[in-house]
Amino acid sequence: MSAATLRWTVLDAWTMTVRELERRVRRPGALIAALAFPIMVVLMMGYLFGGQMDAPGGNYREFIMPGMFALTMAFGLEGTFTAIAADASRGITDRFRALPLSASAPVAGRCAADLVDAALGLAVMALCGLAIGWNWHDGAVRALAAFGLLLLLRASLVWAGVWLGLVARGPESVMVIQVLVWPVGFLSSAMVDPSTMPGWLGAIAEWNPLSATVTACRDLFGQPGWEAHSWPGRHALALALAWPLVITAVSLPMAVRRYRRLS
Amino acid sequence: MNVVAEALRKSYGDTAALDGLYLAVRAGTVHGLLGPNGAGKSTTVRILATLARPDGGRAEVGGHDVVRDAARVRARIGLVGQHTAVDEVLTGRRNLVMFGRLAHLTRRAARRRADELLETFGLADAADRPAGTYSGGMRRRLDLAAGILLAPTVLFLDEPTTGLDPRARAEVWRAVRELADGGTTVLLTTQYLEEADRLADDISVIDHGRVIASGTPEGLKAELGGDRLDVVIADPGDLAAASAAVERVTGFRPEVDEDALRLSAPVADRVGALSGTLRALDDVHVTVADIAVRRPTLDEVFLRLTDRAQKTTPKEAVR
Repeated sequence: MSAATLRWTVLDAWTMTVRELERRVRRPGALIAALAFPIMVVLMMGYLFGGQMDAPGGNYREFIMPGMFALTMAFGLEGTFTAIAADASRGITDRFRALPLSASAPVAGRCAADLVDAALGLAVMALCGLAIGWNWHDGAVRALAAFGLLLLLRASLVWAGVWLGLVARGPESVMVIQVLVWPVGFLSSAMVDPSTMPGWLGAIAEWNPLSATVTACRDLFGQPGWEAHSWPGRHALALALAWPLVITAVSLPMAVRRYRRLS
Repeated sequence: MNVVAEALRKSYGDTAALDGLYLAVRAGTVHGLLGPNGAGKSTTVRILATLARPDGGRAEVGGHDVVRDAARVRARIGLVGQHTAVDEVLTGRRNLVMFGRLAHLTRRAARRRADELLETFGLADAADRPAGTYSGGMRRRLDLAAGILLAPTVLFLDEPTTGLDPRARAEVWRAVRELADGGTTVLLTTQYLEEADRLADDISVIDHGRVIASGTPEGLKAELGGDRLDVVIADPGDLAAASAAVERVTGFRPEVDEDALRLSAPVADRVGALSGTLRALDDVHVTVADIAVRRPTLDEVFLRLTDRAQKTTPKEAVR
């Protein structure tokens, strides 16, 4: 790749990012609704379910926050999917593809904008968490590292969302994504101890990429978690780094190839 | 020639969308690609615009091969697809600046070009409103403007007026005409014969993935239609007698519209057919309400062509 090509790829990605951010600013209602959803879930889980839950360390509201952070990252897949599928079905993607710009630029722009979204979402949730009694106990650096892991997970899911959005036949199929994302989200250690699940199900939950991030975050925030009696539980940090890289290594080439694909 | 296609083939699964399509578009003209739904119009445009790869054959746009030299082709074309491909949340101006930047204009050049185009397409007043608030015709004009940001050598328009009301359609026609007058080569697909008749210098009629006729609109009408005689009679009871009389004179069994009491048949000798038919009808005591000789409509030419293609290539309808 020559210097000029690289420069244009970066500029193109930046143009795409600006477009996405401008869309947010022009539709503050949609942005507020998107930020209100995680807050609602936190409050719902914390106060409706919290009373009956027996959390390690005794404080369910504090215990639940890392799980909520990670679930929000997973649900972000729906946003990526919908935006990509909408552009594709309205012919905007074809217009991009008929322009002399690099195939990775629109995908990279999408990722940047989605990460800004995710960071904003995490910030709002963290404030909400602080208000209901959650906090980090091992210092700001480790807390920031935890947020970094969460964003890493989100970034890897952007590529998967782009690929799915390009494969789908229009934004309506987001229903299918929801059917997939919810069980994957809950079949993890985000909300419940995998050891209380039937053995085989618990094993799946332990190996869920989401569980690795959640467990690693609990550790970095200095919060109590389930007792780590399994291999994935004991190597959560390594897995929280490895899983997103694996997901990216698989889905990024698929997304770019699908984008460039001459059908 | 600005666009050349030779023996293009493209299949989707078992259906052949293009089955050996040949096309040549002269520089600086509007070329109409006319055909029913599923004839292969959009597939042709997608291949020429580098969005799809042909299974066989070759195509050049502006002298560059669409497969091997796709990047060079992309720098020379504009594409306006079936859907209005603008961001409806952004303003008209921001849309054009964004597409300008993505077409690798400098920031200043992109802004200047956006202003210019908003002016040209009569969108200057609405420039700072979200495109979602535009009327269908305005959105389509913004779409056209986005398609010609780079002053393309060749502009592809895929059914640019489908779904527009007559007024919006006229707006788009005017814009396309102006582009063509400015020297842009336009390849336009349409199902509307009127559109092809109004805009196109040359027409290729395609069906089942092949060109089944081509020429100027006038040439196609003359070559394939010839003149037609229309007779309207006064009394429904005379239809059979009138039909027989017209057939005797013209040598063709006329098409009969029983509601309008109109009989229509192709003729070779305009004046002879008129007077002969009047005499023959008078002989059998049929009262004539109206009689005229006219050029065929493009509709008639088109129906005859696609009808004939149906009979000679008995195949499944294709995309």
